[in-house]
Amino acid sequence: MDSSILEPIEAAVTLSVIWIGLGVIGLAFMRAPRLITRAVFPAGALVSLALAATGLWAIGAPPSAAILPAGLPDLPFHVRLDALSGFFLLLLGGVSFGISLFAAGYFRDTGATALGLLSLQYHVFLASMAFVLIADDAYLFMVTWESMALSSYFLVTTEHHEEQNRKAGFIYLLVAHIGAIGILLCFGVLHGGHGDYTFDALRRAELSGFWPTIAFLLAFFGFGAKAGMLPLHVWLPEAHPAAPSPVSALMSGVMLKTAIYGMIRVIYDLIGGIRWEWGLTVLLFGAATSLFGVLFALMQHDLKRLLAYHSVENIGIILIGIGLSMVFIGSGHPVAGALGLIAGLYHTLNHAVFKGLLFLGAGAILKSTGLRNLNEMGGLIRYLPHTALYFLIGALAISALPPLNGFVSEWLTFQASLQAPLLESSVVRSLVPIVAAVLALSGALTGMCFVKVYGVAFLGQHRHELAEKPREASRWERAGMLWLALACFALGLLPVFMIGQLNNVSQALIKAGLPDEAMASGWLWLVPTSSAQASYSPLVFLLVIAAVFGLTFLVVRHVYHGRLRRSDPWDCGFPAQTSRMEDTADGFGQPIRQIFAPVFLIHREIPRADDPRPVFRQEIEDRHWNWLYSPIARLAEFLSGHFGKLQQGRISVYLLYSFLTLIALLIFLQ
Amino acid sequence: MSITSGIVFQVLQSVLVVLIAPLMLGWVNQCRAWLQNRSGAGIWQPYQVLNKLFHKDAVLAHNASSLFRATPYILFGCMWLAVGIVPVLATSLPFAPAADVIALVGLFALARVFVSLAGMDIGTSFGTLGARREMMIGFLAEPAMLMTLFTASLISHSTSLVTIVETLAHRELVIYPSMAFAAVAFLMVLLAENARIPIDNPATHLELTMIHEAMILEYSARHLALVEWAASLKLTAYITIGIAMFLPWGIAQAGDWAGLLIALAVLAVKLALAGAGLALLETISAKMRIFRAPEFLGTAFMLATLGMLIHFLLEI
Amino acid sequence: MPSLPLSSQLINLFAALLLLLAFAMLTQRRILSLINLFALQGFVLVLSTGVVAYSTHQTHLYYSALLTLILKVLLLPWILHRLIRALNVRWDVETLIDIPATMLIGIVLVIFAFNLATPISQIAGTITRSTLGIATASILLAFLMMITRRKAVSQVIGFLAMENGLFFAATSATYGMPMVVELGIALDVLIGTFIFGVFFFHIRETFESLDIHHLEKLKER
Repeated sequence: MDSSILEPIEAAVTLSVIWIGLGVIGLAFMRAPRLITRAVFPAGALVSLALAATGLWAIGAPPSAAILPAGLPDLPFHVRLDALSGFFLLLLGGVSFGISLFAAGYFRDTGATALGLLSLQYHVFLASMAFVLIADDAYLFMVTWESMALSSYFLVTTEHHEEQNRKAGFIYLLVAHIGAIGILLCFGVLHGGHGDYTFDALRRAELSGFWPTIAFLLAFFGFGAKAGMLPLHVWLPEAHPAAPSPVSALMSGVMLKTAIYGMIRVIYDLIGGIRWEWGLTVLLFGAATSLFGVLFALMQHDLKRLLAYHSVENIGIILIGIGLSMVFIGSGHPVAGALGLIAGLYHTLNHAVFKGLLFLGAGAILKSTGLRNLNEMGGLIRYLPHTALYFLIGALAISALPPLNGFVSEWLTFQASLQAPLLESSVVRSLVPIVAAVLALSGALTGMCFVKVYGVAFLGQHRHELAEKPREASRWERAGMLWLALACFALGLLPVFMIGQLNNVSQALIKAGLPDEAMASGWLWLVPTSSAQASYSPLVFLLVIAAVFGLTFLVVRHVYHGRLRRSDPWDCGFPAQTSRMEDTADGFGQPIRQIFAPVFLIHREIPRADDPRPVFRQEIEDRHWNWLYSPIARLAEFLSGHFGKLQQGRISVYLLYSFLTLIALLIFLQ
Repeated sequence: MSITSGIVFQVLQSVLVVLIAPLMLGWVNQCRAWLQNRSGAGIWQPYQVLNKLFHKDAVLAHNASSLFRATPYILFGCMWLAVGIVPVLATSLPFAPAADVIALVGLFALARVFVSLAGMDIGTSFGTLGARREMMIGFLAEPAMLMTLFTASLISHSTSLVTIVETLAHRELVIYPSMAFAAVAFLMVLLAENARIPIDNPATHLELTMIHEAMILEYSARHLALVEWAASLKLTAYITIGIAMFLPWGIAQAGDWAGLLIALAVLAVKLALAGAGLALLETISAKMRIFRAPEFLGTAFMLATLGMLIHFLLEI
Repeated sequence: MPSLPLSSQLINLFAALLLLLAFAMLTQRRILSLINLFALQGFVLVLSTGVVAYSTHQTHLYYSALLTLILKVLLLPWILHRLIRALNVRWDVETLIDIPATMLIGIVLVIFAFNLATPISQIAGTITRSTLGIATASILLAFLMMITRRKAVSQVIGFLAMENGLFFAATSATYGMPMVVELGIALDVLIGTFIFGVFFFHIRETFESLDIHHLEKLKER
């Protein structure tokens, strides 16, 4: 690579600054909304594509660094682009390309002022995420982390006239700052009191005794708060539905992944010396998070809240992959650790793609019909055929069904868990099969949830009488969804290319990768360790099923006939079929509610038999509010009430405070 | 083993299994009839049913979508692929590396999702009832099946079915207690996934007790024929997976024609015994209440997980 | 992995069957099947003691196996059958916590028992080292069964199943107990069952039911 032309880092910085510029242009030209939707957002999409290409380039290239002419006089901003950052830049660019295209069509009816502000906040959000990924010192990291949180807060509260959205924004900002405190303290621990705050210095700092574990815990829970891990997940189901759909897609698809990036960067790179106990912690939290997320998702009837809970679940699955990797590395098996890391990273990319697609589909439905409640939808496949097709692809992908991309990363995670016989500790060896069982269970439950979502929303009869016939999504929206759907197919059918890139990332990070035989099997077969052990070819899958489909169709028509006629549904001879007779979303989830009843907090209001106006009401709540957050909130209120006594209101008392502080400082300086 | 003989073996296996799957179903029904002291409809009855169905005109509801029409073909394709992967007659077939046990379970899950969606497509109450119940059975059966297959994978250090069969067939006779647990769990999952008593009665006419049948109530003619054929293929696939894991002896190597004849004979005997055993099991059990089914499958799941644990704790 | 001799594999198989039966008892709803499972467990013990006797050439274990056969496979189940017929107990047993939760706790107990038994079995130099873990696990599972049941008869069966686990631990770890101890334990178990039977009649007469929560009324206030 001829470094005199352009280094990857320079490209990345330039592109991110262009994003900020686009945002400002959008604000300046807010009187011309057509310009914003026709030019600014598509230009942002092009920048995303360029950024993705930069990221891909950086995975294969050696790390490049730079010092920006910004920041404080003695603390300039350092940036660095290595393989790990390159992979996440690829994720950011690739997914935001589709989302920006969608946004160009989605926001076409928004009012002028709102659109200008939206454009600014959106592009600043994108730019700050890019800077988080390339930051090379703690100062820049925290600045961009904070700006990411703030810009997304403003995006979440775009429709701030609804009180629900304001509350959601508040919770979001609160938990984000709790996480930020954890990250800040972690950087403090790593810093150790000498040297500067660049990542290089933090990497070289030697920690002894219990300090690495403390740093790990701070990083894990700090980044976990942003990622939506149990028990700090409560903001996710509130914030994602409140934001406009492209923003939800961006938050769920990309922002959560920056938290995963932060976790990997700090734990693998800055702290180093991974212990298997840490991996066990990550593994257990990941398993609990994934099961919890999917169980709650099955209970929702608000489409966007349901998708938010699925994001919680998938973060859990990513953490399972990373936890397995840490356990293996900590026990001295780096190759198996590389497999776990690759599985976790692949799932990160897959989740970004299919969750982005699903949120965009939900946005398209919301735009066309104004409906968000599953119980009011139905039969939309007739009016929104394109959206229905893309949503189906997203639903099949998230349910981890072959030959799409969700299956590949779950497959890799299972393969990593089957390396468990390598471990010596019998406790961990017994726990890995349990975690694999939990992973299998949450995968199967996801399938059930998306059969419910797709069946209730798109299939069946209409449950709600709409004022006018819903129109299909505009060309921009369809283009965005098509891009992400094609990505699902590409990542699912040709995984070997991405696995090769991830192998480079793993080599750069932990100096270990997959064995040579795995990489030499060619583009058709996916082989993680050796072909005698496991192999998978999604193309063969798809080709055989398609071939049998086509052949059967033709042969049956040739040998017999292809006559068809339409009539009323059979339904065992029942004459009337109204939409009240099909399952609602809550009805479909009833078996799970019954089987897993102790997990939920169910408030139910059942009318009496002689009630003239019977009403059935049911609410499912998260127990974490009662167990964790309400007690802490009450404690905080109690303490602040007592601290409030310091505010006496009399000037002499305040002067007394200053006087006492002065005396204390003088004693201290002595 | 040359490429051509491998391909010939592959095609032979797929076509043979697809053609004899209805015969398997007929045999099971005939054994059940004998056990219940009836004369039964004969082992060729399923073929006659398929022929009759293919002759009929297809009748579709007004609001059936293209997903509804495509699902029978997709199901048939999935099941065809499944029997192509499982080593029924011979190992080392060309398609075998395309999927391992996890992909096989994923394939069955794909079929289950599509048939459930088709059940919800028309919007009748029975269709959604069937879809809901099928997913309720499936969400526990799929992990239980996966754990059972993992137990076999841990013993043979591979998830490839070919390696599993070769390890278990050609090693000296070793008793694996974990496989005992896995066998019980596998049997329970087989009964659940193929809609057999005690989970679901395949011969019922009462819609409120149906699970699988309720989803396909709206299908007719060639669509119904393909769905029924796919169901019998699924049963055959499950039985052959069970045979491959627990009774793998007698299987041939691809390209070995003499071994193929022996393998055919051995397979016929094994399938006949398995079908008779299934019929016996169905006759002596009673159908469970619908909400006992998740407990049944939960037990299967726990047993399978326990089998994996036993492997780690006893056999290493 | 070099494969063990046939006798060790058989012992492993019987150990796994014992654990399977302990789990099956944990999830059974009917008292009749509980008694049958208990008899089956006894039979597995007989076979396993026989195999240990054959491979280690200790003839007193044959007598032990015979005693187990007479007592646990034939006599005790017969007594229990008569007992439930006389008491007219209903078929279903209610559990205090639902069955999936019981199974989850059971799995945790199994892992715990194995981790407990590993250092001990490394000291003992017998045929197989992990059967001690299984024996401990089946004792704990039988205990769990006793705790989570409502009807008194199932608690007797739990107590007897615990004794099964102890017996298995004895035969596989230390090649059986001295014959005197063996006979003493067998006699204790037999007498114990008789006494339980007598108690049950009294309980039923006092409270009209064998539900153990009625016994909670026997307290000061």
